[in-house]
Amino acid sequence: MTAPRPLWFRGVTLVDPRAETVRVGDLLVVDRTIAVVGQVDGAPDGVEVVDAPGVLLAPALVDAGVFRADLAACAVGGIATALLMPDQDPPLDDPALVERAERLGKPHLWVRPLAAATRGLLGRELAELALLAEAGAVAVATGRQAVADAAVWLRVLRYAAGLGLVVVAHAEDPALAAGGVATEGRMATRLGLPAAPACAEALVVARDLRLAREAGAALHFACLSTAEAIELVRMARAAGQDVTAGTSPAYALLDEEALAGFRSFARLSPPLRSAHDRAAVLQGLADGTLSMLTSRHDPRTTEEKRLPFADAAPGAADGALLLSLGVELVRAGHLSWPRLFQCVALGPAARFGLPAGRLEPGAPADLVLVDPDHSFRIAADRLPGLGRNTPFDGRDAWGRALMLVKGGAVVFRAGPV
Amino acid sequence: MEAFPYRHLLGIEGLPPQVIVGLLDLAEAYARHGPPAEAPLRGLTLVNAFFEVSTRTLVSFEIAGKRLGADVVNLVAGQSSLRKGETLLDTALTLDAMRPDVIVIRHEASGAVELIAGKVGCPVVNAGDGRHEHPTQALLDALTIRRRKGRIQGLKVAICGDLLHSRVARSNFLLLTALGAEVRAVAPPTLMPAGIEDYGVIPFTAMDEGIAGADVVMVLRLQRERMEGSFVPSTREYYATFGLTPERLQRAAPDVLVMHPGPMNRGVEIASAVADDIQRSAIAEQVAMGVAVRMACLDLLTRSRRG
Repeated sequence: MTAPRPLWFRGVTLVDPRAETVRVGDLLVVDRTIAVVGQVDGAPDGVEVVDAPGVLLAPALVDAGVFRADLAACAVGGIATALLMPDQDPPLDDPALVERAERLGKPHLWVRPLAAATRGLLGRELAELALLAEAGAVAVATGRQAVADAAVWLRVLRYAAGLGLVVVAHAEDPALAAGGVATEGRMATRLGLPAAPACAEALVVARDLRLAREAGAALHFACLSTAEAIELVRMARAAGQDVTAGTSPAYALLDEEALAGFRSFARLSPPLRSAHDRAAVLQGLADGTLSMLTSRHDPRTTEEKRLPFADAAPGAADGALLLSLGVELVRAGHLSWPRLFQCVALGPAARFGLPAGRLEPGAPADLVLVDPDHSFRIAADRLPGLGRNTPFDGRDAWGRALMLVKGGAVVFRAGPV
Repeated sequence: MEAFPYRHLLGIEGLPPQVIVGLLDLAEAYARHGPPAEAPLRGLTLVNAFFEVSTRTLVSFEIAGKRLGADVVNLVAGQSSLRKGETLLDTALTLDAMRPDVIVIRHEASGAVELIAGKVGCPVVNAGDGRHEHPTQALLDALTIRRRKGRIQGLKVAICGDLLHSRVARSNFLLLTALGAEVRAVAPPTLMPAGIEDYGVIPFTAMDEGIAGADVVMVLRLQRERMEGSFVPSTREYYATFGLTPERLQRAAPDVLVMHPGPMNRGVEIASAVADDIQRSAIAEQVAMGVAVRMACLDLLTRSRRG
C-alpha cells in the first residue's frame, strides 16, 4: 500500500495533552507519522495544505470502551481507536474471534479488542488470556457485568497480573443490581421502577481494589458513576495502588431526572445517578481520579428501545457525540483542552499501551481537527452509525470533527454545515 | 367541570386539586343519582385492554361503560394477541385502527400505558401500570373517604403494607397530599420505597405507631410471592407485626375508617373481624364507588368527542 499524501496543518491551535499546552503552530505529517510540530519550513512534494486558523488540532480520540465497532459513528466522533468490549456475539473468548474483531475497523478505525475475562463471560472459568493477548487483545475485561464469584475473580486478577495485562472491571454488584433499571431514590420511586441502591457500585469497587491488591493486578474500572466509588479509587491511587477509572459523558452531564416521562433512551448501565453523584464525576474528571472519558457506544434498535422503560435494553449510542460532549465539558469550565484530550486520548492510550494520544514527532499520525465553536442540536434520529439511541436527544451542543486522520490518511472530512 | 382539561388520565401526578375535586363531584353525582337517562356514551366504543390479569377493575370499567351506554369490548391477556409476541406498539396501532372512542389499559410495566397513549388517537385511561400509578383507585378511595368523613383536608390517613410494589399507594400519596390530608406511609423497611418523603408523607416502619390516632387506615395487599422469606420472613410474622387486628386498631381514632383495595388476604394483612366490621370497614363501599368514579372518568374524557 502506498503511503498517503503528506499533510501540512498550517496555523492551527495545537492541543498537546502530554505537554499540557495549547499553542498556535504548524504540524506536518509524512509517511503515516508526525514529522514536525511547531514551525514547518518547506513542505515535501504533493503535500496537502490545511489552512485552518482558529481550529484545534489534537490527537485523535481513543475510546476506551465500545460495545460495537461502529465506523460511521466513530468517524464523526473523532475516534481513530476504539477498545471493543468482549460482549460480542459470540463473546471474545477465543483467539480467532479476537483476530477477527481486530480487523473489523480496517481501514478507518483501529479496533483494539478486550479479551473476555471468563469463558463465555459467564464468570465461572478463566478464558485463554495468554492466547487472547497474543491474538491482539490489549487487556482483559468482564464486559457488561462484574464477576460475582470472588474466588473466580481473584484467579482472573492473579492470572492476568502474571501476563502483565490490565483488567477492566464493571463495577455493579450483580445481586444488588439484578432487576434494577434505575438508582434507588426519589425518581425511581415516583416512576415505580425497579431500582438498585447506588452503593452497588462502591461495594464492587471496594472488593475489587482489595482483590487486585491481593493479586498484584493492574485494575481499571470501565465506568464509575457514584461519589462513593470515585472516592474509593481516589484513596487507593493516593496509597499507590495501580488502579485507573473511566466514566462516560452521560454521568458527567445528566442525572436521574433524565428518566422523567419514562424516556428509555435514559436507560443506561450503570443507571443514571443523583445530582450529587454527577458533581463527583465532574470533580473526578477534573482532578484525574477519572482518567478516561469513554462513549460506551452501544447502538440499539428501535425495537429494543421503544418499550416500557424496564423492558428496554440499556445503553446509549454516544460514539458520534463523544467529542462534542467533551467540548461541552471544556466550555462549561470543567476541563481544560489538554485535560479533555488526556481523558479521551492520552489517558486510555497510556493505560493500555497504545502508541496514540501524542502530538510529537515520531508519533503515529492519528489526529483530529476540531471546530470548537460549531453549534448544533443533537437529534437522535439523525445520528450517524448503527444506533439512534442517545439520552442527549434535543440537547444543544458544540464542537465537531472537521477532519479525522488515522495513520496519516484522512478517513473522514466533515461536509459543509 | 365542563370537560376534562387533559387528553388522557394517566396518573394523579400533575393533576391540580380543583380537577381532582371536579372528578370527585361528578362521581358523587353518579353515585347518588345513577346514570343519566340519555346514555351519554351511546354509540361510542370503549376498549378495555388488560395486559395484566384483573377481575375487579376490569368488571368495574365494563359496568361503568355499559351504564353510560357505551359498547364495551374487553381484550384480556391470554385470550388475544396481547400475549402472542406482538410488540406493545404494534398492539397499540392495532387497537387504534379499530377506532375506539376511549381505551382503558392495564399493564404490568411502569410507563407502558403512557407509551401506548402516545400512539393512539383517542383518550386513554390508566387502569394500573406496574408500580407506577392507578389513578381511578386513588379517586375511588378519596370519594369513599369524603362520603364517610365529609372531607379529606386535615385527616390522618395511614397507608400500610407493601408500599414498594404498590401503584395504589403511589397514586394515593399524590392525591391525598394534594387534597391536604396528613398521609403516613407505614411499611416494614424492606417494603418501604427509597425517597418516599419526597411525596410529603411521613414514613413509619412500625404499624402500631403508624396507625396511632389515624382517621383512615388503608391496608394494602401483600403479594403471595413476597411473603415467604423474600421481603418478609413469613405470613404469620407479617400478621403478627403488620396485620390489622381489632386489638391493633384500637390505637387508631375511635371512628376510624378501614379500607383495602382488594383482593384481601384475610389473616395476612387484615383480620376478618376488621374487614367485616360494618361500622368501620368501607371495603364494600370502595367497590361501589369504583363504578361511579370510572363513569365520571369515561364521561369527562369523551366529552370533547361527543361535541
